[in-house]
Amino acid sequence: MEFEIFGRKKNYRRLKRGECLHIRSELEKIEQKILREERLTFDDGINLFDCKNLAWLGMLADEVRRKKCGDIVYYNVNCHVNLTNICSARCKFCAFGRDENSLGAYSMTTEQIINLIEDALKDPNMTGLHIVSGLHPTWKFENYLEIVKVIHEKFPNLYIKGFTGVEITHFAKISGRTVENILTELKNAGLQAIAGGGAEILSDRIRNLLCPKKATAAEWLNVARTAHKLGIKTNASMLYGHIETFAERIEHLIKLRELQDETGGFQTFIPFPFLPKNTALEKEIKQTSMWDDLRTMAISRLMLDNFDNIKAYWVMLTVPVAQVALNFGANDIDGTIHKENILHDAGATSPTNLAEDEIIKIIREIGRTPAACDCNFNILRLIK
Amino acid sequence: MIDKNLREKVENQERLNFDEALELYRENDLLFLARAARRIKESKSGKKIFYIINRHINLTNICSSNCPLCAFQCRSGDNRGYTLELDDVEKILNDFGEIRNLSEIHIVSALHPEKNFNYYLDVIKLVKKKFPAVSINAFTPAEIFNFAQKENKTFAEILTALKSAGVETLPGGGAEIFSPRVREIICPKKLSGEQWLKIMRTAHKLGIKTNASMMFGHVETIEERIEHLIKIRELQDETGGFQAMMLFPFFPANTELGEKFNLRPVGAWENLKMLALSRIILDNFDHFKAFWVMMTLPVAQLALGFGADDLDGTIGEEKIIHAAGSGENKNISRETLSEIISEVGYIPAERNSFYEEKIL
Repeated sequence: MEFEIFGRKKNYRRLKRGECLHIRSELEKIEQKILREERLTFDDGINLFDCKNLAWLGMLADEVRRKKCGDIVYYNVNCHVNLTNICSARCKFCAFGRDENSLGAYSMTTEQIINLIEDALKDPNMTGLHIVSGLHPTWKFENYLEIVKVIHEKFPNLYIKGFTGVEITHFAKISGRTVENILTELKNAGLQAIAGGGAEILSDRIRNLLCPKKATAAEWLNVARTAHKLGIKTNASMLYGHIETFAERIEHLIKLRELQDETGGFQTFIPFPFLPKNTALEKEIKQTSMWDDLRTMAISRLMLDNFDNIKAYWVMLTVPVAQVALNFGANDIDGTIHKENILHDAGATSPTNLAEDEIIKIIREIGRTPAACDCNFNILRLIK
Repeated sequence: MIDKNLREKVENQERLNFDEALELYRENDLLFLARAARRIKESKSGKKIFYIINRHINLTNICSSNCPLCAFQCRSGDNRGYTLELDDVEKILNDFGEIRNLSEIHIVSALHPEKNFNYYLDVIKLVKKKFPAVSINAFTPAEIFNFAQKENKTFAEILTALKSAGVETLPGGGAEIFSPRVREIICPKKLSGEQWLKIMRTAHKLGIKTNASMMFGHVETIEERIEHLIKIRELQDETGGFQAMMLFPFFPANTELGEKFNLRPVGAWENLKMLALSRIILDNFDHFKAFWVMMTLPVAQLALGFGADDLDGTIGEEKIIHAAGSGENKNISRETLSEIISEVGYIPAERNSFYEEKIL
């Protein structure tokens, strides 16, 4: 018999008895597949979302993580640079973007950028930058290119990871150049890796509803494919917990897995739980539970069999849950950040930065080995 | 890797000794513990997760014990101090009148240096008069000990008097960590671990069910945690009078202890690990609480996958909402708890003080 709980809309469902038995036998088959290191199908992914045994799911993901990545947990000592929050896309899930001349809108001057980096460099271990920003309506591609050049010349020892597939698509549109040309110019200016954001859910149904004014799913994937062909590594991500279905989450993961089969250029995958506060969806959408976050982390690890790394982004998960997520498939905990802006506009309750000592402690507490790395997962310091 | 024999022992739900429990802790295999704890939970309470509609009353925060672990207490004369007189209690009870299906009123307080035992008895009688159908869960062994000393009476006499006045169950607080070494640091003036156990034994013999607890994450060693759990297990073997176990992760903020030893709050990972391990060790306990007021609701929900089968009550949420200035409908908390339980595939069960499911 089917249970209806209070007759309210839910993102989960009660299963019929027959369905339960069927799923149990499916889950047993999935466990065997995982242990034999076979690829999971779309249906397997859906069945994993119906699994209520979180510890079982975590154990499988943890086992896969152990085999693939060993006991090292990667982190960066880094500084986030958000050049501007003025944005022409104004996606419904974003609390950071603003219109020009509106309250709180900013764009950084070169001097301000350099000051921020110099401030972050007070930590002698700081080794790299993560640059992502709004799509400024009047800036030209040359402005961005110039910023990368200036930073690279002034701080040649810092690695620069920057710009999402959405920003690269935007640069191509405003400059009339090809994506390949944009990426080549940025690479020559000093860019070493592309950030993983902007993937959201790679479904045009979702994108038309939430972010119609930015790169489509195909455009985002094209930037990643082109970058990989040019030898530029990129990251991948998924923003979940808004209006997408579980099927769309799995489809998203499979799209990334297919491209990874083709190019092998993705370094890490970052599941982003949606933070509704201060966004246009605030009233309609409740924040995901930690249960859903850990489950999604584990399922991502299991589906993305050709990804080396899965990131527990502590800014969104909070530090304690990111630590737990390291047992649900993650082997990367992001970085010290210096000062996070984007998600704190969306009410993130985590701190805006994390001391390196703290990161090391969190990793050691659960018996794993911390390793500071650059934006291409080269180990800079293994913390024994 | 956990030794194969130990692994099998855990999987077969056999009793663990001190050394085995310690080894399980040290092996650090969070998800092995979680899976085992979940199996134990399901063999005890199936798919049900319990919660209760309850309210807390804390009669006073003026305390003669002044434990360094506590942020609630203050000394006589402190301007943060308050004490509820019978009139105040009556006003609070009047507000409770609107709560649908209220099952339990929980009363724990500081050890007031001047209030005598009759005051506490009068409070209980007042609550019973106002709400004859609501169960009273009141007074930790620390308070019972205090009453007995003041009145120069035995524990049995105090407990019998409270029972006749209307107390039906005792909460599990005040256990902290039984080790005398630890108590000397964290609560030197409080009753000893042996006395705590003795009071619980007496209560159980008088037919009063109680809970048990452990406060961890301060100055205790892992060995001391496990010794504590085993002492509780031994008493449960003897009396069977404990209903539920609760773990309290130590909150260092605003405490003398936290400041002195520069302590940090216990992380979610350690919290979940201790919960699962305790669920495995305490094989003779039917219920484990995920006390969400301390864990936060999202972590308490996670705890349901790590062996807990009881989310405690609706009270804390109401306190928090009111502190934040909201006049939210009180029924939301019941729905919130049900939703949290349903999301993870379990069945919400509203209970009374004795873990009997209420038919709604």
